[in-house]
Amino acid sequence: MAGTEAQPRRGFPFPFGEDRYRYSTNVEPARVPVSTAAGRWGATVVDVDGEYRRELAERARILAADPTRHAAAPHLRVAAWDAVLTLLRELAASYPASMRLSRLGAGRWRWENRLLGVVAEPVYGDDASLPAEPLRWVASQLQEDLVLLDERAGQLWVEAGVVTFAAGWSFGFDLGMSFLEIHGPVPSSVHREGVFTRAQEFIRRLQPHEPYRRTNWGMTVGRRLDTSLERYPEWAPERARILTVDDAAFGRLLHLRVEVQHLLRLPDSGAVLFLIRTYLLPLEALAAVEPWRRRTAEVLATLPAEIAEYKGLAPFRGRAVAWLRAARPGTGDPR
Amino acid sequence: MTAGARLDLVVTAATEPVPGVRCLRLAAAGGGELPGFVPGSHLVVDCGGRPNAYSLTSDGLEPTEYAISVLLVEDGAGGSRWAHERLDVGARVSARPPRSAFPPVARARRHLLVAGGIGVTPVVSHLRAARRRGQDARVLYLHRAGRGAHAADVRELAGDRAELFTDRRAFTARLDEALADQPLGAHLYLCGPAGLTDRVLAAAAARGWPASRVHTERFGPDALGPGDPFTVTLTRVGTTVAVPAGGSLLEALERAGVDVRSQCRRGVCGECRLPVTGGQPLHRDLFLSEEAKAAGDSLMPCVSRAAGPHLEVPL
Repeated sequence: MAGTEAQPRRGFPFPFGEDRYRYSTNVEPARVPVSTAAGRWGATVVDVDGEYRRELAERARILAADPTRHAAAPHLRVAAWDAVLTLLRELAASYPASMRLSRLGAGRWRWENRLLGVVAEPVYGDDASLPAEPLRWVASQLQEDLVLLDERAGQLWVEAGVVTFAAGWSFGFDLGMSFLEIHGPVPSSVHREGVFTRAQEFIRRLQPHEPYRRTNWGMTVGRRLDTSLERYPEWAPERARILTVDDAAFGRLLHLRVEVQHLLRLPDSGAVLFLIRTYLLPLEALAAVEPWRRRTAEVLATLPAEIAEYKGLAPFRGRAVAWLRAARPGTGDPR
Repeated sequence: MTAGARLDLVVTAATEPVPGVRCLRLAAAGGGELPGFVPGSHLVVDCGGRPNAYSLTSDGLEPTEYAISVLLVEDGAGGSRWAHERLDVGARVSARPPRSAFPPVARARRHLLVAGGIGVTPVVSHLRAARRRGQDARVLYLHRAGRGAHAADVRELAGDRAELFTDRRAFTARLDEALADQPLGAHLYLCGPAGLTDRVLAAAAARGWPASRVHTERFGPDALGPGDPFTVTLTRVGTTVAVPAGGSLLEALERAGVDVRSQCRRGVCGECRLPVTGGQPLHRDLFLSEEAKAAGDSLMPCVSRAAGPHLEVPL
């Protein structure tokens, strides 16, 4: 099974505001910090944390092994550059001690990233000014996965991006689909409530300089960021296998997986940039924060069966609830 | 920047290149870069208390200035007269950040831009972007003789791909020809007086243009204009709160110290739903079903307002 190292809890975006979880169009303005029982998250659109170098190295390995994780449609070339500049601005504004973006002239920029020792001089719209296709290059500077959506004929279409840490979906398979087609696999009860048509209308109304965000969540066995469908044969069997391990290993291996997703209308192209940042916290670390332990147990226990099935939690949900309820408050130790 | 953000701008140039059209350049009062904008965006300027929308005619990439052109509307509500009389170099003006409602389509193989009169303004910013991006854009521009705002810009930006007309019949004949002779994948953009727009829409439909390839400018993409002022009575607290034009009911309640749970503040998440016990809501949200809206007994105060002068909520 994959590695089991814990990630710091302090910036973990604990996603449950209530003891019951239901799908909703849970969007809110970005950059508003959220206090949690263990710390704080959400002050910035892009988040650089202690996993920065490790996750970027993992992304580079995945991209080298599987080119279908990256796509750049010719008609979204302007949007790709728009995304590059927008993201570099966000990084520089959020991490001025380690990243700097300076304007050299109209459309000419200098980018310095001290964390990676990277210096680049991108020229807006000139692919030759970067060592790789612009989206792919900018994905080497931040931990977020990124997707570009083009809007036409009243719909949003996924037509470019770099996604190496997909949770149970395939970027290559979804590429070219509409927003509503992509959400087809979500249980029908959620569709009946109009969650996705509402979300699409909301995104269509997004304006530049007003980023929004939402969280999504699931559970992953092992500290495995890449649970794409491409690697299903590797990770799917672990969901059953985890039932055979002892309690200590169970708490170490099972992770709450949280995605902080940002939506930005890009200010030049008008395309929509969708960012997905993935956080993994093992149950043993989560249970050390008493309100998180209690609430996560409640959420899992009351989750409707079809949502648990869709999220792939069905095999171990019962044991996760029992483990969390038995964990000694404040320590994360079972019993 | 948030949805309610304001820009403090200062007029850096004011000219009247053709009679009745005042061209203004606006910079950030504090200097520096202004928020970038998508071609075809407009700026909602506070014209002496009246919010007026003007298309931006400058380039939206890394701007340090915005350019707008204000047509004097003699029998209008007074906003354009205010802009003509009051906005001189050095004058301060407040605006909401640019909003995109008439963007170029990224997949278009060709952009066919049709403008009438002052409707040329968003077309100018489309042309600037098309030139910068190396895209194929063509213009048909109809204006009155001697009154062609931005005629020089259009010629300079589009060269021999610009056709300017002062004769309506010549324009109509050429337009009909152009609508019949575009490559597959062309998109048509229209901006001008309602009569002209309707005629071009009809001509395009007759030529078989699918609606998804035809775009007309609508100010306020979200139909969320500032709205009319109204008052709301909080029956439990026992006070009445004023909701101004351009401000939301939710903000007014928060200012009055009433705690209303909210999340998206865009009428989509459903968090701030409030019961209504008096008055008729004007629903502008995406959350409530048609039945719930018709019932009129609740509303989303982040975007929705009163259909009349007054509402009553059990807060």
